[in-house]
Amino acid sequence: MAEGTFGNPEIIEEEVDILLIGGGMACCGAAYEAMRWMEGTDISIKLIDKAAMDRSGAVAQGLSAINTYLGDNDPADYARMVANDLMGITRDDLAYDLGRHVDDSVHLFEDWGLPIWKTDENGERHDGSKGGTSLRDGGKPVRSGKWQIMINGESYKWIVAEAAKKALGTDKIQERVFIVKLINDKNDPTKVAGAVGFSVREHKVYVYKFKACLLAAGGCVNLFRPRSVGEGTGRAWYPVWNAGSTYAMAAEAGAELTMMENRFVPARFKDGYGPVGAWFLLFKAKATNAVGEVYMDKNKEMLKDYPPYGLAHVPASCLRNHLMMHEMKEGRGPIYMDTPTALGDLAKTLSKRELKHLESEAWEDFLDMCIGQAGVWAGEDIEPEKKASELMPTEPYLLGSHSGCCGIWVSGPTDLGAPKEWSWGYRSMTTINGLFTAGDGVGASGHKFSSGSHAEGRLAAKGMIKYVQDNPDYKPELDTSVEDLVAEIYQPVKTFLEHKDYSTAIDVNPHYITPKMLQFRLQKIMDEYCAGVATWYQTNAHMLAVCEQKLGVLKEDAAKMRAKDLHELLRAWENYHRIITAEAHMKHIQFREESRYPGFYYRMDYNFVDEKNWKCFVNSTYDKKTKEWTLKKVPHVDLVKK
Amino acid sequence: MPTFVRTEKCDGCKGQDKTACMYICPHDLMKLDKDGSETGHAMKAFNQEPEQCWECYSCVKICPQNAIECRAYADIVPLGGSVQPLRGSDSIMWTIKFRNGTMKRFKFPIRTTPEGSIDPYADMPSANMDEISNNGFYNLNPSDLKGDRSQLINL
Repeated sequence: MAEGTFGNPEIIEEEVDILLIGGGMACCGAAYEAMRWMEGTDISIKLIDKAAMDRSGAVAQGLSAINTYLGDNDPADYARMVANDLMGITRDDLAYDLGRHVDDSVHLFEDWGLPIWKTDENGERHDGSKGGTSLRDGGKPVRSGKWQIMINGESYKWIVAEAAKKALGTDKIQERVFIVKLINDKNDPTKVAGAVGFSVREHKVYVYKFKACLLAAGGCVNLFRPRSVGEGTGRAWYPVWNAGSTYAMAAEAGAELTMMENRFVPARFKDGYGPVGAWFLLFKAKATNAVGEVYMDKNKEMLKDYPPYGLAHVPASCLRNHLMMHEMKEGRGPIYMDTPTALGDLAKTLSKRELKHLESEAWEDFLDMCIGQAGVWAGEDIEPEKKASELMPTEPYLLGSHSGCCGIWVSGPTDLGAPKEWSWGYRSMTTINGLFTAGDGVGASGHKFSSGSHAEGRLAAKGMIKYVQDNPDYKPELDTSVEDLVAEIYQPVKTFLEHKDYSTAIDVNPHYITPKMLQFRLQKIMDEYCAGVATWYQTNAHMLAVCEQKLGVLKEDAAKMRAKDLHELLRAWENYHRIITAEAHMKHIQFREESRYPGFYYRMDYNFVDEKNWKCFVNSTYDKKTKEWTLKKVPHVDLVKK
Repeated sequence: MPTFVRTEKCDGCKGQDKTACMYICPHDLMKLDKDGSETGHAMKAFNQEPEQCWECYSCVKICPQNAIECRAYADIVPLGGSVQPLRGSDSIMWTIKFRNGTMKRFKFPIRTTPEGSIDPYADMPSANMDEISNNGFYNLNPSDLKGDRSQLINL
């Protein structure tokens, strides 16, 4: 075929055994593990990333800590912590399994060159360039919490990607291709058989057929109106390029989702969304209301409303928000992180050299993972030893790897006492045969973070290889013609080319909607009706009904998005994924008649935690033909004593 | 803090089809204006969607000409501050300038091995396909997994 054009793209068809969709921590882990098992076999594999692996995914910017390293802790304790932080409804099998595997990935990161802070025999801490005994050989990390260790992580992703790229080889990597749809098998709708996407650099549509795929394309950001709506729109807490692709593509393929009502509303430094963990845990800072009262102490009686989750040593994240927002709503804001007192207290016991190091550590926390916060402090003349900084709960985010547990229902390990309904075969496979997920994709777990996502990708890789080996004669056939797929994917381009001359102003045209305006509409609907910041995270059945109606119309209008170039085609499909994800979120909140996560969202018509009726998972499936959702309760059981 | 490209410093990566910043941006923001029709500056890169910039600094750090900087979000942050890195092979230097003129400089390690030197399976065992269904990884035996199994109450 001749070289493609904007209106008539070239079609590239490829068939592999295993397709990895995404290039973040999970797919890097999967690539690394898979390639070792594949040595000496004829299994073929390809990784598709919409960006460049060196800086793609949630760790693109770097990190200042690895939040999941068990060390001497027991995986049962880890499963308990995950469950409590997520208000009791998580799968112990998934959390426990992750906990017993994750440290191996951290040890590899250190082997590969990631600098990890160490504590020497005198208790003094050193950055990771000073050598010392490796973690693998018993070196002592610097703990900023029970599960977290500090790193010099500016190049964290660069390092992890280098190992994955070396393992794969460049011929098995396709960057700058955005996969937008999975395709079911023509003869068996319970199977996935292919995926289709497009290059954001060339006029090419890619159609892949495969036996198994790992869908690990991150969580969902900017489905709610963010607090900053000008240039600051991009300063999302989680990476702005996480567009819900994982959840939307899985749902459209028929995979069962779980706990999509869950969300994360991190309380972070205001506007820059800089991390607070090191300030709380390492520097022992306190968060206060405007008159210096520590709201976690002042309002601790409120935690008794939510036993047992509020009474744990570390109350659930949502409840900490609940107490903070009480102060704000009672008129005692702003909320501050009292950095001057914390640094002043530390200064009393430290030498000048140690104090200088402490200042450097505090700044590194931002510069490794949230440089924008350093920019806010520089512009506002905030030196933390002199001036306290405001904290603020952000707009809601959907994710399954951080302090959130929405995602896809997957088959778990078989040796931990889980009910048979939690394990139907291949580890990490969804309810659609051949479709696997990891990281933000795996629901009902959470707190895996970067290291856990890598480890989870490795677990999924083994499951996929086993699946491929067990199905040697399977020939994937797509249930939709390539011609139809290409037409659908390039429809926004066609719409633009057909109608662009109707009006003189390119962005105002009754025949199409720009992806940007469609995103604003989605964000306005979600913010105002589905418990965004506009209503202090409150909603009810009536508001949700309006939300549902408006999202339905928005989904219709999504078919009229325009793309004036490949960059806008990328935005169009990202926003389509956001709509499907938002719809799942809304349907789940509507179905769960309680307020399971006070501080993250409130159903004001059921403003309580109902352990008797709702200590259960909520799972859903989407029918892409009727565009209807079906929801159900799934029983929860504990596998470790809580 | 959207990135911006200094006109006098950017050389469009010497006339190549794609620039380093286009290669690296995770959100497809950086664009080479080949004929100058979009910016008035031919063969120079620009941030085509600044309100979608996460300030990850990937483009700033990779630019071979040090031509890319950040200007803090105009809708949030007062003018006058700046945060600029210089990323080397084993460390990164940061210069922070406050609105009031205060300067701070920090240097942090970024990796302990030379870039490109990773041997992914060095000194590691091979995988044994007979064990693919077991727990663990290719290099982690099931017997070495953590966990006091008496904590599991449903066995």
